[in-house]
Amino acid sequence: MTAGQVPPRPDGPTAAGSWSRGALTLRLTLRLAWRNLWRNGRRTAISLAAVAFATLILVFGVAMQEGGYGAMIASAVGVFTGELQVQVEGYRERPRLEETIGDASALEDRLARLPGVEAVAARAQAFALVSSPERSYGAQVEGVEPEHERRVSSLAGTLRSGRYLGAEDSDEAVIGRTLAKNLHLAVGDELTILGQGKDGSLAVAACTVVGVFSSGSPELDREMVEIPIGTFRRAFALGDEAHALVIRTRDLDALSAVRREVTAALAGRDHLVALDWSQIEPGLEQAIALDAAVGWFLYGVLVLVVGFSILNTFIMAVLERTRELGVLLALGARSGFVGRMLVAESLLLLVLGLAVGVALGVAVAAYFGAHGIAFSSSEELLAHWNLPARIHPRLDLRALTVGPLAVLAATAAAAVFPVLRVRRLRPVDAMRTI
Amino acid sequence: MRRTRALPRLGLVFRLARRNVVRNRRRTLVILAAISVGLWAMLFYAAFSRGWENDVVDHAIGTLTGHLQLHAPGYLDDPSVDHSMAPPDAALRRLLDGPRVAAWAGRVRVPAVVQSERETAGVTLVGIDPEAERGLSFIDGAVGEGRALTSVDERGIVLGRALAERLDTGLGKRVVLMSQAADHSVADRGFTVIGLFAADREATEMSFAFVGRRRAAEMLGLGGRLSEIAVRLGDRSRLAPMVAALRRAAPELDVEPWTALEPLSQAILSLAESWIWIFYLVMYVAMAFGLVNTLLMAVLERTRELGLLQALGMRPRLILGQVIAEAALVLAVGIAVGGALTAATLALLSGGIDVSGLAQGAELWGMSKVIRPALTLADVVSAVALVTVLGLAASLYPAFRAARRVPVEAITRG
Repeated sequence: MTAGQVPPRPDGPTAAGSWSRGALTLRLTLRLAWRNLWRNGRRTAISLAAVAFATLILVFGVAMQEGGYGAMIASAVGVFTGELQVQVEGYRERPRLEETIGDASALEDRLARLPGVEAVAARAQAFALVSSPERSYGAQVEGVEPEHERRVSSLAGTLRSGRYLGAEDSDEAVIGRTLAKNLHLAVGDELTILGQGKDGSLAVAACTVVGVFSSGSPELDREMVEIPIGTFRRAFALGDEAHALVIRTRDLDALSAVRREVTAALAGRDHLVALDWSQIEPGLEQAIALDAAVGWFLYGVLVLVVGFSILNTFIMAVLERTRELGVLLALGARSGFVGRMLVAESLLLLVLGLAVGVALGVAVAAYFGAHGIAFSSSEELLAHWNLPARIHPRLDLRALTVGPLAVLAATAAAAVFPVLRVRRLRPVDAMRTI
Repeated sequence: MRRTRALPRLGLVFRLARRNVVRNRRRTLVILAAISVGLWAMLFYAAFSRGWENDVVDHAIGTLTGHLQLHAPGYLDDPSVDHSMAPPDAALRRLLDGPRVAAWAGRVRVPAVVQSERETAGVTLVGIDPEAERGLSFIDGAVGEGRALTSVDERGIVLGRALAERLDTGLGKRVVLMSQAADHSVADRGFTVIGLFAADREATEMSFAFVGRRRAAEMLGLGGRLSEIAVRLGDRSRLAPMVAALRRAAPELDVEPWTALEPLSQAILSLAESWIWIFYLVMYVAMAFGLVNTLLMAVLERTRELGLLQALGMRPRLILGQVIAEAALVLAVGIAVGGALTAATLALLSGGIDVSGLAQGAELWGMSKVIRPALTLADVVSAVALVTVLGLAASLYPAFRAARRVPVEAITRG
């Protein structure tokens, strides 16, 4: 049946107190809707519970994701990678000793003066054979400026024994925990670095271990040695050169703005690029994207199933009242008013359900946000994923909005049904329905 | 006697239930949709998850680990040249050459540094017997450019493609390997790159450099000694007895199954398993709300009719049975449709889900570039059983409500 077949009805009364008067009508609509809602309290309660359940899961789920991803990024970025790095173009894909940033100290000074930049540290890096008297392992050797390095990387704060490098150090080194164990080295022991210099010469350095770090990243702990950058340059035949200028921004949220600032400051220095953490560690961002995609599949299905459950409630709310609605129409209520009343009913139900769901979701997320949640018993696995032993859900704007909005969208779509139905209702037929 | 009377009643119950189910088509279709989509999602997620698990297991076993390994005590903690073992003795060989073992190989495996003309990188140096690796590890058949190793005395080296690129070297070029020798001096030796291997993960291509086993032992001053023996069984389910048998045959060695050698993989498996159950439960609860609500409506709108039936002498028990039968019918059709949807989805995705665009991220989760969803019978059974049993349990509440009404009250009401 099309809308055209509906016989025209005379307009409703037009005097004061009419159906069509704005504020009054709204109050009436809401009051009727509210009463109708609780006429079948059990059904309303079940539907409300379904909406609240889906909302709870989504709010908590997104908060878990935000907290987990935040921790992954913070540990990956904060421990060593840094928020932003200036490198020679192509160095990230193929790190080669000769791909250096020339006049490194001048550029470092210039970048450090940029308003969005909190700190800059120069690093030089090479792979070399690191030996103790009894053992030899391959390791990533990092030449760092200790005073600056402290401000861009939290590695100095993860020392398990000994101390971090200082400004006056030259023949000192700090090494990862696993590497120290493999090399049978402890604080105070000597290690030798054997590699190849930029000019092809043999690069040799002998250092005393002054500190052993336990960064939480299995890779760093297994294969990294930090020595002062001056010593590194002498050993590997570098001048005033570096492989990376690591930048910490004043405000991580303004990262892309700072990146533009830094890129502008690189003008005139060909082949240099400013990369943010997601470009330096694309795997991390991809892993998050992949996990989020799986998450959205699960949320989407949940919302869909709850949407179907709610749709039935709305259908029934109209069908079982066909007669009553027919009477209303026959008494002169416009189908628009009746439709609005039904929509108000649905929306009231949804808003109540959403409110309960958000409240529960916030409560659960806040509880675990304070206490943390251990989601795998394998610390090794969590460390492999850059995750701490306990994840703290984070209730940010995303967690508070995305889930409820998704539930609202799906269920509101279901609420359209009753309106369509009422439009096709013919009072006489409707009143005959039992 | 009781049986023969009960059966026609059961027929009646189901006939009534079927009619009631189709009485309100739209409502039935909506709840069917909810159950089908829910079950589809459960099964699909399980299949995806199993695909991921298979990937993790295949990778763990297939890369170099095998089903189990033997080492000198201490090697696993400190995989250096210091912890080596003699070649298997007669007793051990009898087991290894026995019918339960599909393939086994002895290897020299130590950390090393590889230097090209320009670059230096850390690798795990693996000295292999190419014949023995056949059917055991990925390296057999993985060489895409150049040629594979052919004997334990081979003078060449096989590198991963990604590593060769990183080192700026290639076929025919020389690289120098440096590692700690058995006498604690630094041993170095030049090798010609004869082949480049490809693996489904970049980390594998970056980590391993293969040379002939005897050449490696010679360079390190190991003589005939080995770092590890890897074993692949004919039947993976026979792992535990084989480990026990090997431990008896070689009490001085450290015999470990892959589950202990690859704790990360093992942790991923148990995590994936618990996620499947969490998802099952969440989906089930969402479906149950809809099911209970729909049945409850169906019961409430029939209050008068049900009261009449009772007044005419129908037992409350039969009314209870009727509502449960309605639930069973809806669940059965929903499960059938959901199952068909899953089968169709899996058929569509038989080539696997390509995540190569996110390959580096997938690697972090232990996935390779293509995930092949794989549904196990156990997953189907547990999902269907969960939905059926708990779905029927959920229908008990509306059913009891239907059976409880006093006839007179029900008929006179509205």
